[in-house]
Amino acid sequence: MTKTFTLDGKTIPFEEGETIMEAAAAAGVYIPHLCHHPEFKPHGSCKLCTVNIGGRLGAACTNQAAEGMKVESETAALNADRLALTQMLFVEGNHVCPSCEKSGNCQLQAVAYHLGMLTPHFTHFYPARDVDASHPDVLLERNRCILCELCVRASRDVDGKNVFGIGGRGIRARLIVNAASGRLADTSMSVTDRAAEVCPTGAIIRKRHGFTIPIGKRLYDHHDIAEVPVAGIERPKRD
Amino acid sequence: MSDYDVCDLPGIVARWHHDPANLVQILRNVQESCGTIPSDTLDRLAKLLDVPRVRIESTASFYAFFHAESHGAYEILFSDNVIDQMAGKAELKQYFCERLWLEPRKLSEDGLVYVDDTADIGLADQAPAMLVNGFAVPALDKSRLDLVAELIRAQKPLAEWPPMLFEIPDNIRQPGPLTGEAFTPGAALKATLARGTEATLAEVDAASLRGRGGAGFRTATKWASCRKAEGRAHYVVCNADEGEPGTFKDRVLLNSHADLVFEGMTVCARVIGARRGFVYLRGEYKNLLEKLESVLARRREANLLGQAILGEADFDFDIEIHLGAGAYICGEESALIESLEGKPGKPRNRPPFPDRCGYRNQPTVVNNVETFACAAKIAEKGGAWFAAMGTPQSAGSKLISVSGDCQRPGVYEYSFGVTVRQVLIDCGAEDAHAVQVSGPSGTCISFREFDRRIAFEDLATAGAFMVFSRERDMFEVARNFTHFFAHESCGFCTPCRVGTSLLRNIMDKLAAGKGSAYDMNEMKHIMHILRGMAHCGLGHTAANPVVQTMEKFPEAYERRLKRLDFEPAFDLDGALATARLITGRDDEWAHLAEEP
Ligand SMILES: Cc1cc2nc3c(=O)[nH]c(=O)nc-3n(C[C@H](O)[C@H](O)[C@H](O)COP(=O)(O)O)c2cc1C
Ligand code: SF4
Ligand code: SF4
Ligand code: FES
Repeated sequence: MTKTFTLDGKTIPFEEGETIMEAAAAAGVYIPHLCHHPEFKPHGSCKLCTVNIGGRLGAACTNQAAEGMKVESETAALNADRLALTQMLFVEGNHVCPSCEKSGNCQLQAVAYHLGMLTPHFTHFYPARDVDASHPDVLLERNRCILCELCVRASRDVDGKNVFGIGGRGIRARLIVNAASGRLADTSMSVTDRAAEVCPTGAIIRKRHGFTIPIGKRLYDHHDIAEVPVAGIERPKRD
Repeated sequence: MSDYDVCDLPGIVARWHHDPANLVQILRNVQESCGTIPSDTLDRLAKLLDVPRVRIESTASFYAFFHAESHGAYEILFSDNVIDQMAGKAELKQYFCERLWLEPRKLSEDGLVYVDDTADIGLADQAPAMLVNGFAVPALDKSRLDLVAELIRAQKPLAEWPPMLFEIPDNIRQPGPLTGEAFTPGAALKATLARGTEATLAEVDAASLRGRGGAGFRTATKWASCRKAEGRAHYVVCNADEGEPGTFKDRVLLNSHADLVFEGMTVCARVIGARRGFVYLRGEYKNLLEKLESVLARRREANLLGQAILGEADFDFDIEIHLGAGAYICGEESALIESLEGKPGKPRNRPPFPDRCGYRNQPTVVNNVETFACAAKIAEKGGAWFAAMGTPQSAGSKLISVSGDCQRPGVYEYSFGVTVRQVLIDCGAEDAHAVQVSGPSGTCISFREFDRRIAFEDLATAGAFMVFSRERDMFEVARNFTHFFAHESCGFCTPCRVGTSLLRNIMDKLAAGKGSAYDMNEMKHIMHILRGMAHCGLGHTAANPVVQTMEKFPEAYERRLKRLDFEPAFDLDGALATARLITGRDDEWAHLAEEP
């Protein structure tokens, strides 16, 4: 017999060891998220996927599903808190959507639309962050980095390269690269790396492709992020 | 002072067995011998340890005590807890800087001295205090700072400084079973071996011992679960990070009762079947290292550590001391383990908890210093003896670190259940108006609540007890704590990384007289996000000082509110500050008039 739990009253089947996020995705239910990607080890840092698990709050991407669990996700209160987290991510960096190559394909922007964000609400930090254009094919625009560590995980776990890491701590945490010069050009980064395409925002951008699809014709220009199945979101095959 | 030739990297790396898990220790040694951790060292370390440079840089840039720029021959860090500030830290620091003609956070022109602040260094009973090249100097006043300034001018090596500068009394004001009774090294171990491990675990259970590090988890349950957990090896870790501002009781236990602590760890090792143990000692307690190493050496000689302990063939166990490097978050047990593994101290996703998946992903018991000391006593004298002290839910004694506005700051050992009022009477704090129990992450109580009790069922505490008199401004107390949390957030999760800085900025805005009622609500909103969504205890509690003082001392806030509705955060006049500095102007025309 398959095991199940309920998510906002809906019965969700799951396999032993699956997280709430994985089981929900397999059942076609969207839980807002940014640092989660089905192909990578769960990270649990953005906290956007926070759900109510039988009275306790926890990240859907790191908490395992359990038989009979009652999970709430689409509540007004949780979405209000997710909105606040999204606003925190906006004011912590420098996000100028109208001039960003990723606009319309950016998950941060799309989540903000999904949650009905109209203003950044909090006071902007306007941090001074470095842009790294040294690499011939890849642009690193740290102003847009939300520290989700997807590029870190992709480069380490898939590309086997360790091009990226996080340096510093607290509000001074920043994306660093594997080179004494601090320049992406001096790392082994290649445009064909998995790490070049996982960034949910416009922080890692393939050069000369920024506007191949014109603004207005992009993924989230026409679809709410909740409707768009992210590639590979089906239940991972197990043997 | 250093054991190494200047930057003998291969030597340092060899001493730490070429193991990248020891990276924090390696970086500490590099910095001790070179004064800095230069960028090219990271590359050389990457080669020697065969790990990517980016991993080394992550760790090197996480800890407050590591730096790439030179801090000269003398690095002076003033402890910046509110208790230090109340004892005149700001004025003394300025006095010191003027004597040596320097500016904080700027290496002196002769490249000799660097002065900055650091989070509380565990000497609140002897505030204000500072670190000189990592060694604590307590009880600062002008004459002691004059002496330090002279020694620096004469470029005397630290080893030749008068020892009295570094003398740190225990200040045990009220002794108890842990701090007042003599303990014969080996007594608890002999009792354990005679009784057997099952029976010893049963004694710890009967004692109802609960963790002294703050969370109060039942120690016997943790040990039993670790003992049962399968793994290649089991580990014992003593949490001596003691980073909570206002806490210093572990410092005293380690200074004068280290045998008790090590023996508790060894009893635990016997129970869970561990062969290796670690003490994670906060970097600020580097002055204790030599003494602790000598106690360990003595215990090895007495066959209380090492191979076949007390002649028991299958009982091998030894203890290593690892030093922290300036990161409060490394007191959180899973962040501590990450740090022991050479990584930045970021809390892991839990479950699994360390009892099943800890150091090197193996079953690990992490306990506070005081918990291990209690465990040794229980092993020696039995669970019933221990459980007879305290209250039904909080058995045994508790060490309290008393500081602030009182006549007798220091360590007090009470049976659990003592009232706040009793502690205040004993320490001579007639004028007390508020007490911060268990540090910034704990509970702020007002004079109306002094009949509350120190116990898990009322005021749970890791030990700090900071007293504030009527004259103190509780807003400034909360503001100091907000700065602390923003500085110490590890930056892993969004709510805490951003939320603690937002809180700090709003408190600064209020302090500048630019706050409004809107900001007060905003802080409550941020608290709500932190409590619900943060990844670990630091974030969950980071807004407590603000919200509790707002509730209990509203007048401290209302005084500061400029308008009752809204005041923009952007300060036009403030934005001109850099321009004024560059042009050397501070006249009336260099300022924008405030709107009426
Ligand atoms: C931010 C943070 C800091 C902590 N700092 C310490 C500390 O300095 N010392 C300590 O023993 N426990 C500290 N703890 C609690 C530990 O995570 C852990 O619960 C404790 O070491 C377990 O030991 P115990 O059961 O003996 O108390 C901290 C927890 C958090 C969330
Ligand atoms: S660069 Fe992109 S993928 Fe990498 S941490 Fe930043 S936001 Fe995440
Ligand atoms: S709550 Fe703060 S300290 Fe804890 S993981 Fe999040 S950022 Fe780090
Ligand atoms: S998606 Fe779960 S914490 Fe980021």
